[in-house]
Amino acid sequence: MRVVMAEDLHLLREGMVALLTAHGFEVAAAVESGPELLQALLEERPDIAVVDVRLPPTFTDEGLQAALEARRRIPGLPVLVLSQHVEQLYARELLADGTGGVGYLLKDRVFNAEQFVDAVRRVAEGGTAMDPDVIAKLLASNARDEPLGRLTPREREVLELMAEGRSNAAIGQRLYLSESAVGKHTANIFGKLDLAPSDDDNRRVLAVLAYLQGTRRA
Amino acid sequence: MKAIGRAFALVALAALGLGTSLLAVLGFGLGFGLGIIILVPMTIRLIRANARMQRRFALAWSGVEIADPYRPAPPPPVRHRDGFYHEGRQRYRSPRVPAWNQRFNWLIRDPATWRDYAFVLLDGLAVVVPVLLFLMNPWAALAGIALIAYFAPRLVRAHGRAAHALLAPTRKAALELQVNRLARTRAETMDHQTAELHRIERDLHDGAQARLVAVGMTIGAAEQLVETDPTAAKALLAKAREASATALADLRSLVRGIHPPVLAERGLGDAVRALALDSPLITHVTVELPERPDAPVESAAYFAISELLTNAARHGGATEAWIDISHAGRAMRVTVTDDGLGGADPAKGTGLAGLERRLAAFDGVLAISSPPGGPTIVTIELPQVLSPLPPVLPKHAHLIGWFMGLCWIPMIPQGFVAMAFKLSHMEQKSWFLALYLPEPFQWPVIGAMIATGLSMFTVALVLAIKQWRGDKCA
Repeated sequence: MRVVMAEDLHLLREGMVALLTAHGFEVAAAVESGPELLQALLEERPDIAVVDVRLPPTFTDEGLQAALEARRRIPGLPVLVLSQHVEQLYARELLADGTGGVGYLLKDRVFNAEQFVDAVRRVAEGGTAMDPDVIAKLLASNARDEPLGRLTPREREVLELMAEGRSNAAIGQRLYLSESAVGKHTANIFGKLDLAPSDDDNRRVLAVLAYLQGTRRA
Repeated sequence: MKAIGRAFALVALAALGLGTSLLAVLGFGLGFGLGIIILVPMTIRLIRANARMQRRFALAWSGVEIADPYRPAPPPPVRHRDGFYHEGRQRYRSPRVPAWNQRFNWLIRDPATWRDYAFVLLDGLAVVVPVLLFLMNPWAALAGIALIAYFAPRLVRAHGRAAHALLAPTRKAALELQVNRLARTRAETMDHQTAELHRIERDLHDGAQARLVAVGMTIGAAEQLVETDPTAAKALLAKAREASATALADLRSLVRGIHPPVLAERGLGDAVRALALDSPLITHVTVELPERPDAPVESAAYFAISELLTNAARHGGATEAWIDISHAGRAMRVTVTDDGLGGADPAKGTGLAGLERRLAAFDGVLAISSPPGGPTIVTIELPQVLSPLPPVLPKHAHLIGWFMGLCWIPMIPQGFVAMAFKLSHMEQKSWFLALYLPEPFQWPVIGAMIATGLSMFTVALVLAIKQWRGDKCA
């Protein structure tokens, strides 16, 4: 899989290139500024972009803007955004087109190489990878939501992991449940939240995220 | 064309000023002469309103910005320990009398009051006397109008300069005002900054710093065990990784408290939207700013909103909140409304008072309306924080000027005076159009003249009032 990476801190960039190469990715370009990133994305057309939000020259949200722009020009281009902090606002912007193939993680998650690489793969395949912190914030701002309050603690755990973008199999592994048990929980959750059930992992994730964001269309 | 309209408007304004001045002579005469002292502050307020209007016109039409020159209003009297309000050697049961006295002295002693009066009076005399002279004769009146029209741009500029000369704060007054304010806000800002630095130091010391020490120690221990007991070493390293992640989380929340990343990346509007998303309240945000204000202003506004939102959720028992950020001229206005229980009072808790003190560094003011039972509305206004916009004064001002300046011609000489001439069967026709016409047309023309004049006056008045209301809303 070909990766384009944007990160302005030299050490971190080299570290991630080494990490991804070790896991069988091909790093097509590793750049350090917003304009370079956009150019590299349009030229290389990689399988996935791994992007830091804050980049030179402005050190604002240059990276995020370049990624969103690239996704406008190349619909469905998978983008994994990394940041020192996570904001619901940015998550919403990334998810806004509802097509998936987006990830938004804290930079700390790079510490856990296995999970990080797993997230990169998932996004490259058109899935979703949302940071647990984003999900926690989404759930906190839905604290008064009644249907959510009716979930059992176990269903809530499943919901959180699902919102992060994990497949039923992965959730089962995490919670030491059989896949069919997870499937049952999922069906219950969708019933309680009044969402249309779906067999496709990815579509399920997007439906749950849309629900939590309050942007679900009736 | 515009300039001519403006010149006429200024003539009308000067006439208004003269009227006010004459009224003021009466007010002061009765006030000081007969001891109806209550009339004095009313009179001064009237003069100030007039001067304020002049300042606005000078800004809009001559581009001359004139700051308010008045000394700050006295603070309300404070109750003494013995339960009375002291003033000099007198003691009062209620604050009303000392407050009134202080206000009175403040108004009377401020030289700006008398400079205002001088300007309103002189402007009135300088304009109205020549106009009256011109009115003596029809040809002179025409010549006068022609002169005003010809010199209109210069007259408008002259008004701006004259207004600046008398209505602007004198250097001394301006400096006095500024020094007072700066001394107060500097002390408060320093206090606040020191407290902030202490808080950051403490947070770093107890948080990230301590955790990094632990990480170092754990890694050290793992280093020693790596050969003898690799499994234990691995477990220790995993623990070190966890601790470093916690240290990062600590740093992250600390950074949020110093300068939130979204604020740096996106500015006030999106930072407040992010805040609203994270709030447990259902929060509606509207932002209407022409530009990003300076970083310190953004930061102050952000933290103020954040604190108000937290208050609403924690103490007010609110479920919904509305945040509105808008601008009016160079001022930025923030309104935070919630549907909570109300009863917020800056005198009770330190939170709101502290907020007010921090905003004072930007000359900001905070107003609270929080009746028991709610809703709570907090308005913050930060003046002079945005770049100046071209003044958006009277849209139809020159039209108002034309009508106000000319309405008297059909109404008085061509209308009422011609009518008087006709009623008293005077032989003289002077320049009264109606009297030159054949008999059957005379009355209708006189009536039409009066009607024209009155409707011009009414239209100008309606436009002016509309404008004034619009300004107030903006």
